[in-house]
Amino acid sequence: MDLKTRLNFSKKNLEISLLISGRRFLAALCYLGGLSILAGKTIGAVFTNFVRRKLVIEQLNKVGVNSILIVFLVTIFTGIVLALQSAYALKKFEAAIYIPGMVALSVTRELGPVLTALIIAGRVGASMTAEIGTMKVTEQIDALESLATDPVNYLVVPRFVALLIAVPILTIYGDFIGVLGGYLVGVTKLNISPHLYMNLTIDSLVYKDVLTGLIKSVFFAAAIVIISCYEGMRTVGGAEGVGRSTTMSVVMSFVLILMLDCFFTALFYFVFP
Amino acid sequence: MIELKKISKYFQNNKVLDNCSLTINKGETMVIIGRSGVGKSVLLKHIIGILQPDSGDVIVDGQSVPRLKAKDLNKLRLEIGMLFQGAALFDSMTVGENVGFLLKEHTSAANESIDKKVEESLAMVGLHGIQNLMPVSLSGGMKKRVGLARAICSQNLKIVLYDEPTTGLDPIMADAINNLIISLHDKLNTTSIAVTHDMNSAYKIADRIAMLYKGKIIAVGTPQEIKKTKDPFVKQFITGDAHGPITEHRAAESYELS
Ligand SMILES: Nc1ncnc2c1ncn2[C@@H]1O[C@H](COP(=O)(O)OP(=O)(O)O)[C@@H](O)[C@H]1O
Ligand SMILES: [Mg+2]
Repeated sequence: MDLKTRLNFSKKNLEISLLISGRRFLAALCYLGGLSILAGKTIGAVFTNFVRRKLVIEQLNKVGVNSILIVFLVTIFTGIVLALQSAYALKKFEAAIYIPGMVALSVTRELGPVLTALIIAGRVGASMTAEIGTMKVTEQIDALESLATDPVNYLVVPRFVALLIAVPILTIYGDFIGVLGGYLVGVTKLNISPHLYMNLTIDSLVYKDVLTGLIKSVFFAAAIVIISCYEGMRTVGGAEGVGRSTTMSVVMSFVLILMLDCFFTALFYFVFP
Repeated sequence: MIELKKISKYFQNNKVLDNCSLTINKGETMVIIGRSGVGKSVLLKHIIGILQPDSGDVIVDGQSVPRLKAKDLNKLRLEIGMLFQGAALFDSMTVGENVGFLLKEHTSAANESIDKKVEESLAMVGLHGIQNLMPVSLSGGMKKRVGLARAICSQNLKIVLYDEPTTGLDPIMADAINNLIISLHDKLNTTSIAVTHDMNSAYKIADRIAMLYKGKIIAVGTPQEIKKTKDPFVKQFITGDAHGPITEHRAAESYELS
């Protein structure tokens, strides 16, 4: 190839790749737009329409009660591991006394909210997408509309309210269990007296630590519901489509949870130190 | 009166309805026939506002459905019952809850009176005592009939849309459903639109028959007129001939594509 054709060739390649990335960019914008519209509609409906209490309770049962065990398992092991790892790091300085504080801070500020949200996204968000997606491909969503019922009001709003209640509560519960995990290690293996461990934990925490964790968890909950329901509602293509959108919903929820976490951590660090 | 005014509908690049116009008079039973995948279900969904046309207008009782506000659209939908092709029963609810959904959500009627109405609606489609079953435990034909009961379980029914009401039913049950459509129409004086490719059913229930082909209504007439038609496309469809202009057209098309 001479230089000119080669240049033309690479120009063409560049154009194609620009076109592709342009399309991707547009698709991402459309996706975000769709999420925002659904979020706006849902939040609007919570304040202007009546919320179906029976459906909220049904969802709370599914989301909350059935997640207690898995949140327990994940956070207690995390608490144990955190305490052991900090013990390893702090042993050199003979600073085991800082372990309760480190565990308490990492759990309440960070790991409690994030791990709980990830669990809920995987366990509850996925099943929401699968359920709503199945309803979409079997025309049940159309049927709702034909029966004069708005699918967002009927399906999304109760799930939204339920998760906004359940996730912060599960987060507080996860915080406790995480700290308990650390406590078990501290008391049984590191020879910190139970009384001292409790005192050190309580002294190291201020209101703000728990509160920022809870604020995060509220946004995580909203993100999970909106993504899961949005993916469900735009499902096409039968059973295969339901599988595809369920995967997408978990992936997108995970990414968004970690993005939001980063954003809020930075915000709390720099703006409200 | 229901009026479709030059509606066009695309899904991506797939043109399903193409300047399609049709008028259905008040109190009339219109049957729309056409091959699978021609857009019959899509057309029905425009009437109840589940789908919006890309261009054109749908007028129901003097109101433009695509331009109605959500609240007014839902008010209109209270007067329209729709039977979906796959029944579309809510599978998280019992049969009784499915059938009574509209009354429960949109009226202040007491539970007992809803239960009574549900029982009546189910009896009309020949079903008894299955209120507490879940839809998964029903056969296809039963689902269809429950879907029909749900469509008609309303206080103020003016229009009923049937998407293939007799498909998947045995011939005896199909005829019972035909009779039900006729008796509903006589009793409540509803305007009905049924989509089907079951010609027996079409001849039996229709005041007029319209044929949808390539996104357009290519023929409208009474059952007698349709039976005697000279139009080769309609003729091939109603006689169920594998050879004719419809299939030749298809062949020519795929030849062009390749
Ligand atoms: N929601 C949708 N998204 C994309 N394509 C659709 C949708 N609904 C229907 N179609 C397409 O429209 C065409 C007509 O479908 P339909 O109305 O179901 O046909 P039928 O006459 O058998 O009822 C089909 O090609 C179908 O693939
Ligand atoms: Mg159809």
